[in-house]
Amino acid sequence: MGAKKGGKEDAVEDMPHVPLKAILLADSFTTKFRPITLECPKVLLPIVNTPMIDYTLAWLESANVEEVFVFCCSHSKQIIDYLDKSKWVNQPNFSVSTIESHNCISAGDALRFIYDKNVINGDFVLISGDTVSNMILTEALQEHKERRQKDSNAVMTMVIKQSKPSQITRQTRLGTDELFMAIDPATKQLLYYDDKSDDQKGTLTLDKAFLAENPSISVHNDKQDCYIDICSPEVLSLFTDNFDYQHLRRHFVKGLLVDDIMGFKIFTHEIHSDYAARIDNFRSYDSISKDIIQRWTYPFVPDVQFSLNNPTNLERHGIYRASEILQSRSAEIGPFTYIGKGSSIGGKTVISNSVIGDGCKIGSNVLIDGCYIWNNVTIEDGCNLKQAILCDGVVMKSGSVLEPGVVLSFNVVVGQEFVVPAYSKVSLLPQPVTQDSDEELEYADNNSGIIHTIDTLENGNSRTEWESSEVGIGGRGFIWSMSEVDHEEEWRHSVAPIPETKLIELTQMVFDNLELNIQDDIVLAVPGEQESGNESDDDNIDDSLQIFEKEIEATFLRAVHEKVKDDHIILEVNSLRLSYNLALEDCASALFYSMMKLALDTTHTSPASLVKNANDVMSRYGKLLKPYLQSVDGEIEVILKFEEMCSESAKEFAAVFVQILHMLYDKDIIQEEAILNWAEEKEGADESDKVFVKQSEKFIQWLNEASEEED
Amino acid sequence: MDFQVVVLAGGTSTKLAPLVSKDVPKSLLPVANRPVLSYVLDLLEQSNIKDLIVVVEGEDTEGLVENWISEAYVDRLHVQVASVGEEVGTAGALRAIAHHLTASDILVVSGDLVCDISPGAVAAAHRRHDAAVTALFCAAPISGPTESGTSSGKDKTKKPVRHNIVGLDLTQQFLLYIAAGMEVEKDIKVQKSILRAVGKMEIHADLMDAHLYAFKRSVLQQVLNQKQTFRSLKQDVLPYLVKSQLRSEILLNGVQAAENGNEDNYNMDKVMLSQLLANASTPSFHEVYALGPNGFSPAERKTHKCCVYIANKTKYCARLNSIQAYSDVNRDVIGDASHLSGCTFSVHNNVIHPSAVLGSKTTVGPQCMLGEGSQMGDKCSVKRSVIGRHCRIGSNVKIVNSVIMNHVTIGDGCSIQGTIISSNVQLQERALLRDCQIGAGYVVAAGSEHKGELLRK
Repeated sequence: MGAKKGGKEDAVEDMPHVPLKAILLADSFTTKFRPITLECPKVLLPIVNTPMIDYTLAWLESANVEEVFVFCCSHSKQIIDYLDKSKWVNQPNFSVSTIESHNCISAGDALRFIYDKNVINGDFVLISGDTVSNMILTEALQEHKERRQKDSNAVMTMVIKQSKPSQITRQTRLGTDELFMAIDPATKQLLYYDDKSDDQKGTLTLDKAFLAENPSISVHNDKQDCYIDICSPEVLSLFTDNFDYQHLRRHFVKGLLVDDIMGFKIFTHEIHSDYAARIDNFRSYDSISKDIIQRWTYPFVPDVQFSLNNPTNLERHGIYRASEILQSRSAEIGPFTYIGKGSSIGGKTVISNSVIGDGCKIGSNVLIDGCYIWNNVTIEDGCNLKQAILCDGVVMKSGSVLEPGVVLSFNVVVGQEFVVPAYSKVSLLPQPVTQDSDEELEYADNNSGIIHTIDTLENGNSRTEWESSEVGIGGRGFIWSMSEVDHEEEWRHSVAPIPETKLIELTQMVFDNLELNIQDDIVLAVPGEQESGNESDDDNIDDSLQIFEKEIEATFLRAVHEKVKDDHIILEVNSLRLSYNLALEDCASALFYSMMKLALDTTHTSPASLVKNANDVMSRYGKLLKPYLQSVDGEIEVILKFEEMCSESAKEFAAVFVQILHMLYDKDIIQEEAILNWAEEKEGADESDKVFVKQSEKFIQWLNEASEEED
Repeated sequence: MDFQVVVLAGGTSTKLAPLVSKDVPKSLLPVANRPVLSYVLDLLEQSNIKDLIVVVEGEDTEGLVENWISEAYVDRLHVQVASVGEEVGTAGALRAIAHHLTASDILVVSGDLVCDISPGAVAAAHRRHDAAVTALFCAAPISGPTESGTSSGKDKTKKPVRHNIVGLDLTQQFLLYIAAGMEVEKDIKVQKSILRAVGKMEIHADLMDAHLYAFKRSVLQQVLNQKQTFRSLKQDVLPYLVKSQLRSEILLNGVQAAENGNEDNYNMDKVMLSQLLANASTPSFHEVYALGPNGFSPAERKTHKCCVYIANKTKYCARLNSIQAYSDVNRDVIGDASHLSGCTFSVHNNVIHPSAVLGSKTTVGPQCMLGEGSQMGDKCSVKRSVIGRHCRIGSNVKIVNSVIMNHVTIGDGCSIQGTIISSNVQLQERALLRDCQIGAGYVVAAGSEHKGELLRK
């Protein structure tokens, strides 16, 4: 209520000076910067040697914001300490105050918390502490106010920016998800927002009601969300009313767009020549660092002292140098490089496109390209670094190598001549055990991470014995393992440039997508064709079966890794079966498939060891199949599945088909009746289909004889 | 110009009952006292297109149309009239006359189009982009009488009727999305891949498909042959081409098909030409897409272009496809779009044939037309109406916002408003008609009153 009242006064009187306020979220509520963010809050991470939050605060000050409320959650103490010492505390027309909370797990919680504090009573700027911008806010603010006077439902103005012209650059520059928006070209009202678009769907569905009100709308794929919002006080109360809103975009924006009862509207403001971008992941960290060095963010560039950063000189070729640098004569500093105060660089060292922080010691014959090296890092002679991030206090022993995309967290030591593989993340802290992709849990996890961190940090320090295998002899640090899914996505978010093969894959994917949906469309486009309905139904079943199989496989693998009890696995498989509405046989074949896959993925050198792997897996997990193999049909299904695997996805099994079949028979997973029936069924099939029946001819014969003897 | 023109003149549309009949097919319905087909033919003649095929439905219609054309356009146009079965649809009609088509590009025009947009401009746009199809779009007409109308028309909603939902690129040259027919009422489904390729798409609901298309013949025939279920150009062929433009199945096959014939060289020339064009101007998103990133393409991508020609808002464009459209078009041709009528208007802004006879104190207002040999009695008043040839109109007759065709007899004291009266209708004394449509040969009884009715024998 309080906030709403304030808003009205603002609209009616408009005469008294209402100070412009801003809410700065100093927590991104994500885990994209892990492992670094386990030890240091994201907003304090340096970008071109200045903490991110300084860029955001400097911009807010330049945009005539008078009061900033910094909301901090994880590592709040570090942020408060930093701000106390920073220049922002004693500014005449700019006050920075912090709001601290420890039980917020999302931006939604944070805004609800701030609403309860009752500090916001007019329009405010909502921004997260990792945003770099130099845009002029006046125009957007003016537009917002004018709209508010005409229509009190216009609660938010979102700043957007034209992205790059090529679709591939657009998708890869900042490492963010693809964004689709629909905007009314006349009023700039946002009608549709989709940033987590489902790649499976080749089409975008816009409500027909959009066109009922506007003669035309424009649909964009070429815009970039700057994550700078001008909000009315209602936004906070909306978060309070809808306690399930967590994510600013995914829940709040989409929630408002879908809900037409309240009629709240969101508008967009497009900036053209100004800069605005948010550091969301390592990839955008890289792109934005380069933008800063190339001065797109002027006046927020290293040689302008907008915070307490060190005085820096800009030299030719975009080389920035702070004072007290000791540089050997034979060292070569390439273009677009920043070198911080008090760093030393040894002879014949080559540095290009990199940022080197304060007090770093770089030996001789070192190659550094596209790296972000923070403060007090020691790099001994003969190291080779490519596209990596090195946090404070990292030590690279002589001759060590970082492959592209490596992230070394605080105080990690890389052993002599050790090669850190591409995309590795190394930290002194062990990887948190619970890794769940579920969104809610991720938030919670992040929060609990704080407490967890402190414990382990102490443990880590007291621990003097480091396993040499992880980062080489004399090294310190854990290499965080990545789950398979993470690994697939890693290249998208990494500091390393995207490998060409991935780019090709990306375009290929787009292309394949197109292929798919055209066929769909054509099926739909033909009117009055009776078959079309059936066909698409079949497709659906096929699709869901495939998804189901994937799910089962993931469940099974997780169970194997986490050593989940058998009963629990069966329970999970059962619930999956119910949600996909499939038969028992489907479960059996899917489970069987995942087991064989596991056997295949376990290292093996020869067909014999493959059989051994399969044997091991089957002895351990074979009983899981029991509840699903209640009929002979189910068993036949499994054989057919295996046959399919052998001829398609896992050809390595083809050579050992009989052995494995025999093994399954021995383990009572498949009964002889099923095998004989299967052989019978295949009798009439094509020659090509009979390859495996022929292979197992002897075995079948033996079975036949055995059963005859019994008779 | 290597264009072949096909005019789809249709047959006896049920939508226009009771105005059309076996004797008067849709294409011969008079608009401002001349058949609607003549507007298209004149337009083509102005663009210097003299060779054309007129396709009609049914053999009876063929005879009627052929007679009329040979009479009216003798020595002016070389017209071939072909008839196809009824209810085959526009695509079916083209399929049926496929053997007549030989030129590299085909211009398909609907016979009920009344407009002043040069087909040459559409053809030029088609050629410029080397497009598979180019469609003409114009601002959707405001249905119902415009501001000049009487109060009776004003309560009608002024909202443009949604004919199409189209998605265009930023330059408004390419067609990225189209929904026609029933799909207009559904949610809009945009292909992400096209959106990715262009970046931005504008979706319009205020444009109307004018049913004037330029097709590449090879493309058109491929589609018609492969997709036997396609019946309508607008609802099947065009949406199909638009949807598959970044993954063309057509050109690929088109080239293969051409290898059999002598068109090899010709196709080569065309490829060269399109390459030249591509170099000359900034490449369209189709070419960029076909190349892939960094000029690398995982598989050779076949694309084809679907272009649009958006008519200037000041141009007139309407289709005679409903009763409402019929009275609208008549009103416009003697009113706002009078340059289309081909007549010279008098100082009073009306056209009265010299042979027409007017009684004393009879007034004919502006935006009226009185045909050859018609007679009017005393104290009559005509406002914003068209009266055909050889009508006999008694005294004290009021005619407002109406269309009266030929040989109509109107008794004394009749009052006619917003009504369309077909040929050979007889109105006896003091009949009162408002917003009615009367079929040919009908007799309206003396003193009867009709409002919003459809009267036919």
